[in-house]
Amino acid sequence: MNGRPLIVENARIVDPASGFDAVGALRVEGGRIAGVSRGPTGAPEGAIRVDAKGLVLAPGLVDLRVFTGEPGREYRETLQSAGEAAAAGGVTSFLAMPDTQPVIDDGALIDYLSRRAQATCKVRVLPAAAITKGLSGEEITEFGLLREAGAVAFTDGRHSIQSSAVLRAAFSYAANFDMPVLHHVRDNALAGDGVMNEGLFATVLGLKGIPREAETIPLARDLELAALTGVRYHAAQVSTARSVELISAAKVRNEAVSCAVSINNLSLNENDVGAYRTFFKLNPPLRTEDDRRALIEGLKSGAIDTIHSDHDPQDTEVKRQPFAEASDGAIGLETMLAAALRLHHSGDVELMVLLRAMTSRPAEILGIEAGALKVGAPADFILIDIDYPWQVKEADFHSRSRNTAFEGARLAGKVAATYVAGARVFELQGATA
Amino acid sequence: MAPASPAEANPADHGLGIKIPFQHKHLLGISQLNQYEILELLNRSEAMIPISRQPRKSLPTLSGKTQINLFFEPSTRTQASFEIAGKRLGAQVMNMSVRTSSVTKGETLIDTAATLNAMQPDVIIVRHSAAGAVELLSQKVGCSVINAGDGAHEHPTQALLDALTIRQHKQRLAGLTVAICGDIANSRVARSNLLLLGAMQVRTRVIAPRTLLPKGIESLATEVFTDMRAGLEGADVVMMLRLQHERANGRLIPSVREYYRFFGLDAEKLALAKPDAIVMHPGPMNRGVEIDPAIADGARSVITDQVEMGVAVRMAVLDALLADPSQVQA
Repeated sequence: MNGRPLIVENARIVDPASGFDAVGALRVEGGRIAGVSRGPTGAPEGAIRVDAKGLVLAPGLVDLRVFTGEPGREYRETLQSAGEAAAAGGVTSFLAMPDTQPVIDDGALIDYLSRRAQATCKVRVLPAAAITKGLSGEEITEFGLLREAGAVAFTDGRHSIQSSAVLRAAFSYAANFDMPVLHHVRDNALAGDGVMNEGLFATVLGLKGIPREAETIPLARDLELAALTGVRYHAAQVSTARSVELISAAKVRNEAVSCAVSINNLSLNENDVGAYRTFFKLNPPLRTEDDRRALIEGLKSGAIDTIHSDHDPQDTEVKRQPFAEASDGAIGLETMLAAALRLHHSGDVELMVLLRAMTSRPAEILGIEAGALKVGAPADFILIDIDYPWQVKEADFHSRSRNTAFEGARLAGKVAATYVAGARVFELQGATA
Repeated sequence: MAPASPAEANPADHGLGIKIPFQHKHLLGISQLNQYEILELLNRSEAMIPISRQPRKSLPTLSGKTQINLFFEPSTRTQASFEIAGKRLGAQVMNMSVRTSSVTKGETLIDTAATLNAMQPDVIIVRHSAAGAVELLSQKVGCSVINAGDGAHEHPTQALLDALTIRQHKQRLAGLTVAICGDIANSRVARSNLLLLGAMQVRTRVIAPRTLLPKGIESLATEVFTDMRAGLEGADVVMMLRLQHERANGRLIPSVREYYRFFGLDAEKLALAKPDAIVMHPGPMNRGVEIDPAIADGARSVITDQVEMGVAVRMAVLDALLADPSQVQA
């Protein structure tokens, strides 16, 4: 990796895992964190010294929902380009969704993914294995063998298992191997042909709506089954106020459940669909402003544990369609942090809370060593200029795809540098440090 | 003059020359027996073993009795075992398997029982796929009924022969650690064994993936394990249950190879049990699914002994239920 020790000085070090928030220095040795200290500190001999000039230093972000096109649809995103996008966005570890071609539902494919990531991706890729074979929602995969091959979690990605019997068996079996299950909640029958939030706006646009119940009913069912089976359950993403209520209530009796929200649902609402803009066609859909506010409150109260990008690269062929026919999904690795910082700048959510939801909490849910500036932990960290003003421009993206829900947005906050295992993998041109 | 009884031939008669009369009309399950009755049946079974080993394999205590084997579920070994047991005791044995009977024409369980009952059998041995079916039938006939397996409920003669096999090899039951591994949720063999071994002060362990463990199993076994390696540590007896291929279809178990890797008995896992641990299986085995073929045929396996004990147990049960009480010597 690297021989010389590294010391990053004069940084506002924010570490949600420990609650540390002070100006100080971070020492790195052998790719691992050697120490975090307040105030100025002496540097070991021969160390590389980096002056952070007051920028925020945080653990590298851990993103629990990232889709790539590798294998099968590399034109949308490869592991390499996802790595570039991640590094630019401050994400040093991401959970790769198994919705590829072929689906990652066999140990050999986990092995393939790990090797490809090792060879081509500059950030850490955590393989997720499918819950059901082929993501068909019917037969469970070989959880034991997949775990041995390196899978860190089970998820069916965009797909939602409709059968309660299959879900129960999946949860039970995952609990057998103490593996977390991340499940996208959607009642396909209730969602029907819906393409956006069911409500006045959809009616006015003449588009079919997806009722909130298409999320809350399967979520309630999942939470009951989670309590029954004792599985480590993580609701993949919620979009409604009622969902926040359900998860809060479930947590009272079951500590093993957790919940995620997409940066999109935290930042945007259904009005952003505007004039049939397909980059805002998402699953779950953007809901009302009231829902969005409830999600923010849920984040503050701890009902919602993690924020992810839901990075879903789609090409123009499937996006540049009439709204009802377009595919769901928006990219997000490069804009997640800045969009989250909006909540900090507006005073809605404390910086520590925001960062926790993107670092230590996701790492805890997976049970991996990441997302924390702990002595001995891998030296994955980022320097953030939280006031840096910029405008989202298509041409600046590192991702191969351009379907962003923040096109043209003016944001404040950008990653100035990203380090993985103590080595710098991204540096913002013209930024400090 | 009564014919020589096992009580005379074998000291397992409590040294009194008296067999304790069996108080039940039927043998429907282990749950109806207390530990003394279980012990009595095991002792009587042990006394039957030499009968099947001598040149004239005959002890005609049931001469003149009629035994009907009524099997609604297919079975080669259990049915054959009951047939041989009955014949060695001198009974007239008739086999009825459902395929060839009028049940396929839609005749109900009760009608079949009533029809057979009218022919005055002395004992009907019944296997049925529905739990409780054998008990229902026992209420509708006048003769004794032996349960050869009712759904996932009980298989009492299997538990008795398993216990006898263990006792033959380990000289005792109390204080042993017996691990039962496999599809516990659907196994009548597991249930009957847990009841019997539990009554005889055995430390029972069930080992299975969560999807094959029934609710409440913690109340039926001493310990429950979902990790086979942990569950086999220090076990005296390893009892493997058959995993039906239909179970490994992805609904509860993803694949045979995954099952074998984590819950199959291979040399690596067996090494965690005691060095003198014995390996059992009620049969039929799915080699390479729940058990390594080399282990099934290996030195630690007592699977063929189980079959031999099965005949002895079934002879003892038939004798206990049907033999003329005047044969009990004072």
